[in-house]
Amino acid sequence: MSDRRDFFGKALGAFAGLGALGALYAAKRTWDPLPSVKAAGFTTIDLSQAEENVLYTEMWRGKPIFVLKVPKKDQKAYEDKRLIEVGGDKFFIAIGLCTHLGCIPAYYPDQYKFICACHGGQFNAAGEVLKSPPPSPLVIPPFKVDGKKVVLGEAGPEYKKLKEAGLVA
Amino acid sequence: MKELKILAVVVFFTLVTYWGVEPYAHSVMHKHVEFKNFQYEDLKPITAKGDAAKGQALAAACAGCHSIKGAKMPAPMDPVTASATYGVNPPDLTLAGAVLDEKYLAHFLKDPVHTAMVAHKFKDKPYPMPSMATDDQSAADLVAYFKSIAPEEVTPKEAYEFACGRCHEMRYAKWTQIGEEPKTKPNIQTKMDEEKLKFDQKLAQYKDHMVKYLGKLPPDLSIIVRARSEDFLKTFVEDPQSQLPGTAMPRVGVSKEGYEKVFQYLEEVGDPSKPKREAVGPWVIGYFILFTFLAYLWYKSQWKGLK
Amino acid sequence: MAHFDPNAKPFSHQWMNDRLAVDTLKRVLSTEYWIPKNINFLWAMGMILAATFGVLLISGIFLLMYYIPDTQLAFDSVNHTIMGEVGYGWLWRHMHGVAASVVFLIIYIHMFTGIYYGSYKRGRELIWLSGMLLFVTFSAEAFSGYMLPWGQMSYWAGMVITNLFSLGSLDFQGLVEWIRGDYVPGQAFLGRFFMLHVVLLPLAIMGLIVLHFGTLRIPHVNNQDGEEIDFEAEAEKWKAGLRKESKVIPFNPVFMSKDVFVLGIYFIIYFYLVFYHFEFAMDPVNFDPADPLKTPPHIYPEWYFLWSYEILRPFPKDPGLVAFGFAQVIFFLLPFLDRSPNVAPANRRGPFKIWFWVLLVDMIVLTIMGKVPPMGIYTTIGTIAAWVFILLWVALPFITKMEKPIRGQK
Repeated sequence: MSDRRDFFGKALGAFAGLGALGALYAAKRTWDPLPSVKAAGFTTIDLSQAEENVLYTEMWRGKPIFVLKVPKKDQKAYEDKRLIEVGGDKFFIAIGLCTHLGCIPAYYPDQYKFICACHGGQFNAAGEVLKSPPPSPLVIPPFKVDGKKVVLGEAGPEYKKLKEAGLVA
Repeated sequence: MKELKILAVVVFFTLVTYWGVEPYAHSVMHKHVEFKNFQYEDLKPITAKGDAAKGQALAAACAGCHSIKGAKMPAPMDPVTASATYGVNPPDLTLAGAVLDEKYLAHFLKDPVHTAMVAHKFKDKPYPMPSMATDDQSAADLVAYFKSIAPEEVTPKEAYEFACGRCHEMRYAKWTQIGEEPKTKPNIQTKMDEEKLKFDQKLAQYKDHMVKYLGKLPPDLSIIVRARSEDFLKTFVEDPQSQLPGTAMPRVGVSKEGYEKVFQYLEEVGDPSKPKREAVGPWVIGYFILFTFLAYLWYKSQWKGLK
Repeated sequence: MAHFDPNAKPFSHQWMNDRLAVDTLKRVLSTEYWIPKNINFLWAMGMILAATFGVLLISGIFLLMYYIPDTQLAFDSVNHTIMGEVGYGWLWRHMHGVAASVVFLIIYIHMFTGIYYGSYKRGRELIWLSGMLLFVTFSAEAFSGYMLPWGQMSYWAGMVITNLFSLGSLDFQGLVEWIRGDYVPGQAFLGRFFMLHVVLLPLAIMGLIVLHFGTLRIPHVNNQDGEEIDFEAEAEKWKAGLRKESKVIPFNPVFMSKDVFVLGIYFIIYFYLVFYHFEFAMDPVNFDPADPLKTPPHIYPEWYFLWSYEILRPFPKDPGLVAFGFAQVIFFLLPFLDRSPNVAPANRRGPFKIWFWVLLVDMIVLTIMGKVPPMGIYTTIGTIAAWVFILLWVALPFITKMEKPIRGQK
């Protein structure tokens, strides 16, 4: 008799747990980014007016984006496979956040270097690490080349190639 | 059983209260207006048979103020300039034959101000839309022409933009009286969005002209389906004066199908959760029915032999 | 110094018991918290209220994630972002709105159950008083929450209700402006009512719920016959296995099992309302954004405030306010105005039986008249109903004084 009483109580408890899971699913969906946030995740950058060795900062998904027309003088950086060719020029485009802890490094055009003030990390003009602590190069966001423009947020063939070669981050 | 009797008493008083504060109180508060199914019975039927080709010739006169994109006639001026001249931007006529009622349209072409029921607003000033047809025949010809150029399929959004969108914003769908809000971005240095500001300035001018013309700014219709009952909306659109005497809202003259399209759009924008509610509702309620059944078994087992 | 068993494994039963007295807690709070057996489903209303408060709290937490307490943005943050963009935002909002309305129905059922069975007397006065404090804080919570969407009803309800604090001819405009933080309801007003709604009042409610439970502990829950039960003796019978003979049952699991069953039925109805019939709880007028230059053609409070609103309405300004004040506090005095020693269902208490049903019907009449426009026959009915309400309370001490003691009761 007592077992039977217990059984129904436990069955009900388990069923209530199932309901709680359903509610948790709804709660999870509430925490998801809004559709309008996701839809706003595209930024078009016009590169036709860019000058060599001048750092341009754009914004994409709330993050700073570095755009640098890499100077030929910095031969090592200029040969880097991570650069994006647009209209015969080579560009370095990356998320401008240090891969160490997310500070924004500053560009020193005379040294062709990015230096992060927070913990002293350094990157060359193609975003490769010159000095730790950053564990990896500056991250290249998904992009698509469209004439003299680049659309961030959309993975074009050039991006896919870089990604397959493991060069985006 | 005693508990059921108690339950009946509780339910009875609850329902009486509900009836009193909801259906009864609202029936007292809101005027009852008979819905006439968009038949426009005050307008007498037009028997003349229209000739689209003749109508086309007559329609050349329309293009002085209106665009007819469906017939490759561009707008003579931009919306803001048009609103400065006419009060509101005259509509593009491509959809006139698809969204408006045929009989209404014929009468409107003959006698716009009375057919639109806005004569009370234009006692001392001319209505910007002049009479375009002197007799039933030319009116019927024009209607035949508009029907001939109207597209087969009109989307709910297009119907809204044609019938309501030049006076009523719908900001939840990014629609303004002068068209869709442009997709612009602020300058990341100045944090200011010049394109948007230019657009807003135009919109402000347009609204200003409209307020001078109509007396007040027509409401945004983003969630009008939640703010007004379905019954109010259809009787109001059919005959605005019946619900709000003296209103500047004209009788637009939408056909039954035209109204259904417009309403569909109002509902899509104003009550986007409706399909989700209908999908999730049965599951949640089914869950609690099963929950209650299990709880009943537990209750019965616990209370067995207690009394 | 308490004794801690050094050999107990961390988090084992013994280990927990030494530190938190879990067995004692369980015994005192649930398995040996005794409830009379002679009850009906109306005794489950407390649990339903607690559960509904839980629903309000949880749905409110999710609404808070995207709500913006700014007069320019509040309306769209609710009606566009939450209702259209946030995953299941519409569900939280409809659950919150419907629960806010339904919770008052249950509160009223709970209150009238207490009045009917005399559960505010003979040691149960504090239960009644703490319950009334909960009613008042819930009312404040409901009102402050109603401001947040910043629609037409929010704005004009805010305007009208805060104007009450000018206290009629005393004309305390300064007080009204102090409450609003502005000449009219504006940003300061929205900000402070937002604070009240999401922090201060919920904290007060949670504290009062604990107090309300606490006041139940010594006098115990009343029963259908108002019978005085020797809970110790009856508990001993239960523990001896005399389940049938004992007049009491333990809160857990016996009382709970019935509560949960009633709760299940309640949730079926509640979610039916949430999904298919929510309009009654979400007034259409509040889907028009606040406009300080235009009063809606009909304004009225939510249904649960209508009876007291109607007591205000038929009178001139000053007497109206006095009558309104009377209606707000008079229920607090019930345990002291009822002079009869009898604790019994109203239908066994002679004139009190009539008093009870007249009060119930009168409050429903007031509720309905509070919503219809104040004109013609409605004004007359409303005025009469308001007078009946006042006279009922004036008469209460006299008719209960005359009441004959019921045999077997002191």
